[in-house]
Amino acid sequence: MAYREFKDISPNASTGAKAANWLENRFPTAFDAYRVHMSEYYAPKNFNFWYIFGSLALLVLVIQIVTGIFLVMHYKPDAAKAFESVEYIMRDVPWGWLIRYMHSTGASAFFVVVYLHMFRGLLYGSYRKPRELVWIFGCAIFLALMAEAFMGYLLPWGQMSYWGAQVIVNLFAAIPFIGPDLALLIRGDYVVGDATLNRFFSFHVIAVPLVLLGLVVAHLLALHDVGSNNPDGIEIKGPNAPKDEHGHPLDGIPFHPYYTVHDIFGVCVFLFIFSAVIFFAPEFGGYFLEYNNFIPADPLKTPAHIAPVWYFTPFYSMLRAITSEMMYALIACVVLAVGLAVVKGRLPTFVKAALAVVAAVAIALMLSIDAKFWGVVVMGGAVIILFFLPWLDMSPARSIRYRPDWHKYLYGIFVINFVVLAYLGVQPPSVIGERVSQLGTLFYFGFFLLMPWWSRLGTPKPVPDRVTFTPH
Amino acid sequence: MKKILLTLIAALGIATGAHAAEGGIAWDKAPNRTNDTASLQNGAKLFVNYCLSCHSAAFMRYNRLQDIGLTEQQIKDNLLFTTDRVGETMKASIDPRQAKDWFGGNPPDLTVIARSRAGHGGTGADYLYTFLRTFYRDDTKATGWNNLAFPSVGMPHVLWQLQGDRRPVFEEQQSHGHAIQVFKGWQQVTAGTMSPLQYDQAVGDLVNYLQWMGEPAQNTRVRVGVWVLIFLGVFTVIAWRLNAAFWKDVK
Repeated sequence: MAYREFKDISPNASTGAKAANWLENRFPTAFDAYRVHMSEYYAPKNFNFWYIFGSLALLVLVIQIVTGIFLVMHYKPDAAKAFESVEYIMRDVPWGWLIRYMHSTGASAFFVVVYLHMFRGLLYGSYRKPRELVWIFGCAIFLALMAEAFMGYLLPWGQMSYWGAQVIVNLFAAIPFIGPDLALLIRGDYVVGDATLNRFFSFHVIAVPLVLLGLVVAHLLALHDVGSNNPDGIEIKGPNAPKDEHGHPLDGIPFHPYYTVHDIFGVCVFLFIFSAVIFFAPEFGGYFLEYNNFIPADPLKTPAHIAPVWYFTPFYSMLRAITSEMMYALIACVVLAVGLAVVKGRLPTFVKAALAVVAAVAIALMLSIDAKFWGVVVMGGAVIILFFLPWLDMSPARSIRYRPDWHKYLYGIFVINFVVLAYLGVQPPSVIGERVSQLGTLFYFGFFLLMPWWSRLGTPKPVPDRVTFTPH
Repeated sequence: MKKILLTLIAALGIATGAHAAEGGIAWDKAPNRTNDTASLQNGAKLFVNYCLSCHSAAFMRYNRLQDIGLTEQQIKDNLLFTTDRVGETMKASIDPRQAKDWFGGNPPDLTVIARSRAGHGGTGADYLYTFLRTFYRDDTKATGWNNLAFPSVGMPHVLWQLQGDRRPVFEEQQSHGHAIQVFKGWQQVTAGTMSPLQYDQAVGDLVNYLQWMGEPAQNTRVRVGVWVLIFLGVFTVIAWRLNAAFWKDVK
């Protein structure tokens, strides 16, 4: 029996209409989905430049998957053959060089787009209620993306591939008790080798992409359930939001055709820049394709400086900043934080006592376990702290447009700090670099951990009822 | 655990040798003429005659040389030494173990050398152009040769007959309170078969060839890229106006 009554169509209708009708009767889910997510999904009409990056991220994901499929046809995941197979793709496979450059540039483009996409979330409070889960799925995508890029980078089996993997996997060995066994499990051997290459290939090609696809679907479905945010931070579909006679939000427009055609324009601009890099500067000064990676991996020759690819360098800076000396600064921060909570906090006494005990344990651990482990904790913590953003931001105004002006400068300093940390991560370690990255790490964590306090400072500007939109 | 420690110690011990070209002189600019087929062909000839006995180019096929204007017959007649088949890759004839005995290490593969040696001083081609022109006699070294761009290199001056013997002239200068040697210029001790200008030209051809061999598709890449950007430019304008046409109704 049909789930729904079949809809009839006039026998005089065109073949196309009849075919669509045949499909709709048997697969109404697809047609409903089109209506729910495209032609009847009302998005705010005041999206600006910052709102293109979500669509671009999806585009780059598709580019990576399609180019990846073609690369895997020719790549050999064997330590003795990997480097050679990449050169084979570059020389003997017709248009192989183009597929390879699209994939390597795509990896860097993915991070450019995702960082800008996340920054949009920061600017307009897109992570706040009711969109916390959209943000959490997004942070999970970011983590999966970092894993995917890290494992993909081993595959060309160049010097930087090999030694970068060796350094990062050895970091896991710093975890107390389980560390060495965990590193052994990740590597598949006592040092990075053929076993590592094979399992990273499996994860990079199938395991993590499946996880990424699942998370992206969840991210988009959760978003459509609560509706998109907008640069003014006001709800266009809330109970008090104005609607027209059909019940559609007055400040909204159907995603299709308005944002599909808008995104086509955005995609064209992106593809122009993307193609300029691929065809004229695929190495991008050694940042997208590192020079050292054109030397086949040699376990007996350590390169002069080992640095991760540019998109990991802010976090790498934070890792390097945690020296034994820095541990004392961090202990001081713990003491200060718990001290303030105990003295000025309005908490029940037993909670304060518990906090003091936890702090004492933490300080004991920080004094006894090697700084290398805490470097790993800080590096991981820098990504994990993003998950908590919806509960750290306590500003009455959602969007930066209606927050006190000085908030804008604070966000500006955050961006500059992030870029400085990235630059320092690329450079070899230096005395000044170490100090600056230590300050930068403290600022990064202070920005998030102190947000419940600073986001409430100052008076926000009055938030309008309707979105600010100038017809064009 | 022992394996890790041993590997790390070995790596550290040999790491000092991996500081290629650290502390060398500033690099000159390579000619960068990968569109010049005559230069590339001369470079290919020099490469096969002088480099291929010790250095392989294991990812470069002989028949790809047709891209620089050579016919398969010309390649077979003039450039095939280590193999009979023109579809084979360029492998060196030296035994790696003997090379390690004689030079301290196996001579590196040169297929992508122009890409791997890029750095702050310039492109990889810049480095190679400087490297091949700054050898000088040094009796304190095992091979009898040293190099200004790669101090204490294990490679002898293969092209010495073409360039002749030169001696670098150093001038002592004071810097930060102690004396340093500053390179001032060259003094020709014995003449080679080529004049300095001819030698620079020949090395320029060889470096052109190495640069081309690092990425044979590079010229195609740029040519196709121009058309792609033109198309995307036009299409972006069309997409922009299409977007405007839809959005003019939104109030």
